[in-house]
Amino acid sequence: MAIKERMSGNEAVAHAIKQINPDVMPAFPITPSTEIPQFVSTMIANGEIDTEFIPVESEHSSMSAAIGAEAAGARTLTATSSCGLALMWEVLYVAASNRLPLMMEVVNRALSGPININAEHSDSMGARDSGWIQIYAENNQEVYDNTIQAYRISEHKDVMLPIMICQDGFITSHAVENITLIEDEPVKKFVGTYEPEHYLLNAQEKMSVGPYAISSYCMEAKRAQAEGMRNAKKVILDVAKEFEAISGRSYGFFEEYQLEDAEYAIVAIGSVCGTIKDAIDKMRSEGKKVGLLKVRVFRPFPGEEMAEALKSCKAIAIMDRCEGYNSVGGPLGAELTAALYRAKSTAETVNIIYGLSGRDVKTSDVEDVYDKLQTLAAGEDLFGEYPYLGLRSAE
Amino acid sequence: MRTLTEIRWHGRGGQGAKTAALLLADVAFNMGKHVQGFPEYGPERMGAPITAYDRISDNPIRVHSNIYEPDFVVVVDETLLHTVDVTNGLKEDGAILINTLKDKEEIIPLLNGYKGKVFIINARKVCMETLGAYFPNTPMLAAIVKVSDLMEEEVFLQEMENSLKHKFAKKPEVLEGNMKALKMAFQEVH
Repeated sequence: MAIKERMSGNEAVAHAIKQINPDVMPAFPITPSTEIPQFVSTMIANGEIDTEFIPVESEHSSMSAAIGAEAAGARTLTATSSCGLALMWEVLYVAASNRLPLMMEVVNRALSGPININAEHSDSMGARDSGWIQIYAENNQEVYDNTIQAYRISEHKDVMLPIMICQDGFITSHAVENITLIEDEPVKKFVGTYEPEHYLLNAQEKMSVGPYAISSYCMEAKRAQAEGMRNAKKVILDVAKEFEAISGRSYGFFEEYQLEDAEYAIVAIGSVCGTIKDAIDKMRSEGKKVGLLKVRVFRPFPGEEMAEALKSCKAIAIMDRCEGYNSVGGPLGAELTAALYRAKSTAETVNIIYGLSGRDVKTSDVEDVYDKLQTLAAGEDLFGEYPYLGLRSAE
Repeated sequence: MRTLTEIRWHGRGGQGAKTAALLLADVAFNMGKHVQGFPEYGPERMGAPITAYDRISDNPIRVHSNIYEPDFVVVVDETLLHTVDVTNGLKEDGAILINTLKDKEEIIPLLNGYKGKVFIINARKVCMETLGAYFPNTPMLAAIVKVSDLMEEEVFLQEMENSLKHKFAKKPEVLEGNMKALKMAFQEVH
């Protein structure tokens, strides 16, 4: 029986964690971390779950402790946001390269400066090449569902990689919305128990984790890690199919909304996609053939599949809630443009930066994106340009 | 009845405008509505102007932007009338509700020529007589329910009693004061 509830994105994640009951959660207990460790530690104090909570003195330490716990053989989780994730940088790579399938809840917020606490993807996008799987959500429902699916993906023997479950800071993390929860038992059955193949506390198998690798072996280790990320594609789809059986909600690498016959497409990640859907409904009623491709899985990057879904579009707006500071746009723009080139797409593309530091996006802003696509399809050359949506002019 | 009601709250940090917005979303959810209740965060400090929002709808809500053309505006602190354009975008067939010690005649000139309905309530009086301390969010919540006609008074009070009973299970005296404040606010708003 599905349970109708209302809760914030942070509460939804905490509820999923309660249902999963992981073994260990090391976390930095104050800002810049999220409400998630606070909610989970309350559940532990109330005796609702028996997770071992380790309050640590920094985010570098929370990730280091998570690595230790996961290597020991415990199902481990942490949560962070913004500059907290940035402080973990060095150890993110250690988690991935040691093939430790721990989960991290990331509430996406801006990195400094100017100092700002609001929604932006620069924190997790900065970590996009650290070897972690990354799955993004449009709303509280999706971040709940993604959390339940996470360990099934990360702990799969063909994958064995850490996983980030991302949601937009404040816009979904602090907004109370309707949600449909799954009962405890089906969740527990779906997630299953963690039975690591190799782990430090196994007295029968002596091993070390994280030793030096000389150059004649190190590259092979990295290739094996890359294979794990490639294998994750199939696992993500298989897990989604099983999840649909218990929830009735279907997931893939991305969601296509009014895309089938669309001449113009908008590609975006996260909470803005709900606003884009409302704008598309309005534009469709005016006869405009526009659709949305909402990216759910960014790592591994489903470039081939995205290019296939976009193959009949004349012009594509690729939206980044993150500056790349590379003089041509943001990370989704760079990677999807490359994928389209390899797929021999002839569509015009423009990479649009939006929503930095929590700048609000209205449905009328999405209509401006459509207008931009029209001028692009009409032959305007935007090579090397990347517009900012809703930027205030200088006067 | 509207199929979608959008409400914008203006308050100062520490007065509970965000809590009131989330409570309203709670009550509407219990009535079977689709809801969205969310704050807009600036620099977080006591006394700074803050905004919070409610969307209450018969249909699922997808949009994730702020509310620019609200049906109703709630002003929890009247000193904001001098610094924040509280009627900006407010629909003329909607209404504004202001917590104030003043008369309506004194308040209307401060509303930038807003032509819709204006309601006022002395939430301080309600609080002092029922709670013995100034927590304006409780009376403002009841007042906006009356002004917006989102639900029947009896239904609202029953819902609030249920949720406050749960919230203050160990402090029954708090429940009584809050219920009195809600009932009195229904009478006082005009």
